[in-house]
Amino acid sequence: MTPQTLILRSAGTNCDVELAHAFHLAGSDTQSIHLNALIEHPERLAEFDILGFPGGFSFGDDIAAGRILANRLKHRLYPALRDFVAAGKPVIGICNGFQVLVKLGLLPDFDPQRDIQPPTQTATLADNALPRFTDRWVSLRAEPQSVCIWTKGLDELQLCIAHGEGRFLADDTVLDQLETNRQIALRYTDNPNGSMRDIAGVCDKSGLVFGLMPHPERLNHPTNHINWTRNAPASRGVPAPAPQLPGALGLTFFRNAVEYAQKAHHSPVS
Amino acid sequence: MGIPTVNGAVYFDDRYLGNPLVFAGSVGLIPRDQCFGAAKPGDRIIALGGRTGRDGIHGATFSSAELTDTHADEFSHAVQIGNAITEKKTLDVILQARDHQDGCLYSAITDCGAGGFSSACGEMGSQIGAFVQLEKAPLKYAGLSYTEIWISEAQERMVLAVPPDNVPALAKLCDAEDVEWCDLGHFGTDNAELILTYEDHEVGRMAMHFLHEGLPRTIRKAEWSAKLETRNSTASTAALPLKPETDSRDYEKSLLALLAHPNIASKHWIVRQYDHEVQGGSVIKPLVGPRADGPSDAAVLRPKLDTDQAIALSNGLATMLGDIDPYWMTLAAIDEAVRNAVCVGADPRKIAILDNFCWASCDDPRNLGSLVRAAEACYDGAIAYKTPFISGKDSLNNQFTTEAGQRIAIPPTLLISAIAIVPDITRCLTMDAKHAGDILLQIGETTNAMGASHLAACGLAATNSDIPRVNLQSAPHQLATVAALIEQQLLASAHDCSEGGLLVAASEMAFAGNLGLSLNLHAVPRPRNDNLCDLAACFAETPSRILVEVAPDHLESVIRILKQADVPFGEIGRFNDSATLTVRSHDAGRLLSIDIEKLRNTWRKPLDW
Repeated sequence: MTPQTLILRSAGTNCDVELAHAFHLAGSDTQSIHLNALIEHPERLAEFDILGFPGGFSFGDDIAAGRILANRLKHRLYPALRDFVAAGKPVIGICNGFQVLVKLGLLPDFDPQRDIQPPTQTATLADNALPRFTDRWVSLRAEPQSVCIWTKGLDELQLCIAHGEGRFLADDTVLDQLETNRQIALRYTDNPNGSMRDIAGVCDKSGLVFGLMPHPERLNHPTNHINWTRNAPASRGVPAPAPQLPGALGLTFFRNAVEYAQKAHHSPVS
Repeated sequence: MGIPTVNGAVYFDDRYLGNPLVFAGSVGLIPRDQCFGAAKPGDRIIALGGRTGRDGIHGATFSSAELTDTHADEFSHAVQIGNAITEKKTLDVILQARDHQDGCLYSAITDCGAGGFSSACGEMGSQIGAFVQLEKAPLKYAGLSYTEIWISEAQERMVLAVPPDNVPALAKLCDAEDVEWCDLGHFGTDNAELILTYEDHEVGRMAMHFLHEGLPRTIRKAEWSAKLETRNSTASTAALPLKPETDSRDYEKSLLALLAHPNIASKHWIVRQYDHEVQGGSVIKPLVGPRADGPSDAAVLRPKLDTDQAIALSNGLATMLGDIDPYWMTLAAIDEAVRNAVCVGADPRKIAILDNFCWASCDDPRNLGSLVRAAEACYDGAIAYKTPFISGKDSLNNQFTTEAGQRIAIPPTLLISAIAIVPDITRCLTMDAKHAGDILLQIGETTNAMGASHLAACGLAATNSDIPRVNLQSAPHQLATVAALIEQQLLASAHDCSEGGLLVAASEMAFAGNLGLSLNLHAVPRPRNDNLCDLAACFAETPSRILVEVAPDHLESVIRILKQADVPFGEIGRFNDSATLTVRSHDAGRLLSIDIEKLRNTWRKPLDW
């Protein structure tokens, strides 16, 4: 069975094509659907196995990054989204998608059984400590004990960030809860934006709903990596017939979800 | 918009104070069968996207006029107020209309640029005429006259010629993505006239032929005389020439001054505030090396994520030479743009270039003369490098009169942008030095000509009219040979040697790769019988030179290829694990020994905000 991934687009989404490409390379079929079309037919969401919220500047990031899209989802699509999560299907939000999930309350503390109504927001992504947009590659560490299904098998890796509002903030009680529940999936080893406890990515308690500021879909090919030319053996010794480049680690996130969706399909969550 | 910003440059000159220039270029992909279109009689004139407002009235007129200190108040309406989200939504709909399952929904499309609807409808209907009902355009606010509607240059508006049968399908796409559209009228009128109405009153009628062909051709006077005296305004007249026997402190001071010169210093403060990774196809980035602080020569992108073919984007700009002779300035810019693309792995046989001219008023015959000199060099350069000019732009009245009546005219400025095919991304190179023990070769000769150099601009060398000149016979061959070395994967890194000369380029390679470097000026290639002085070997900006890093195992092959191709080269140094750059010369012994970290910090600091 080939898992079906829905990439949700709206005005200002601009990372949907590469996100679809990454899911495609990971073994999923993808469809990009506009928010308006999904609001018209919320039942279509149930046809999919994985849901992706891509990066961009939804609705111009007016008011705050992701705020307007989060409100649209909250008021127009919440029951369908809750059912999707309750069905045990993986959801990812990258960059602006992460901001949307946090502002919608789907991250970090969401319980589809408890939250019949949209939950209250318990964390936020605020302006970077150095308050401006920054594009750079950062080093990250995946938490080995995390419940997150998206980061399984990952250890240290580098990904690029490109955001102005990526500083993860929450009350200490919320943060402590995240640590206890092993919801912190990804930390910066060189914190670029002042995020509390170096948080780069968090998941919900089930480990299925995951949001992160760095862009794994932008490491979809070995030559995307910031230092691939230093690792390529081509410049040493005899020219290699086919350079043995280090892998495109960004795809691991998507492969994990695709594999999970395949297994879940064979043994449905009760 | 989701468009990666991948390559650029910033140049400083006091004469840009009144007219700061900003060049922006973009590249897109178009299906081959959609490159050409023409409006047909009966097509509806459909405008998509943003609303029409008073912003951007006379924008083009404003930008073509000589500016004064009162322009900011008098012409604030001329500035368009952009809205990226409206633009993005419009783009999303147009792509769907282009790739529609029933075939492309429109027969022609153009943007509302200078002149707004007037030029968009006027150009699309130039052969067949157009009938436009101006009250149909959605407005940002009430109160615009029909003239304002017709000429507003408000952003995010596209005009499409749409066969009537396709209008409902296009409307459906627009509605699905919250994009506004309107039907302004139709193309095709009796006698090919342009007819404008406003609420059923005719407010304009003119023959398209007269509109497009009616303007008599202007004849202008151009003058050019070679300058013997320099006019370089940025160099101090009290500049002290360095002498060959100058001691090492002066070399150190010169190198540090160059690294900190705003044209050369790191632009990471700007680079990092733009997204250069969006679309997920970045191969060679603007900043490279283990600490991502090496200035890349060019960017490489995979616009189609499912192939290993890519494009390289680079630029060349040599404004300082223009004060002496825009002909050599232009060739230097073409040479630099091509060289930058070659350094990252582009195929020099598949490079196309763009020209962007910004000049002071060309009503002045001397300015027009210098423009003619530049245009002549464009022709010669395009032929020699076999690089067609595929697009371009000009702005020819860039001068400002201050309140006190002082006129500030920009220096002649020509930006050359290059786009190149990279046949195989796995052979791309970055400029950061890779391994201790590797040999550094300089390919291409250095001459003593140091007129209009950055060292002169720093006030550390005499400025004169002896400027470096591109050799159109040898330069293209030299670059093709370097491309062949890269294609055979014999190089570990490559970097163009331009602003600031050899020591700046070599320093950049060393600190970008976190390595030390020992250089020997004795090996710097030079024209036969030319008595190259140490100062020029270090800091001359002779065009067409490339520094390449070669692993010891490959040295023999590289030398054999260079000799066979009769390309001048020299083994000028070796990278090492020390933390210093040392420079030796035959005459002076050790000229320089300086900490790599100091070089890096000096280069990073000026614009590190």
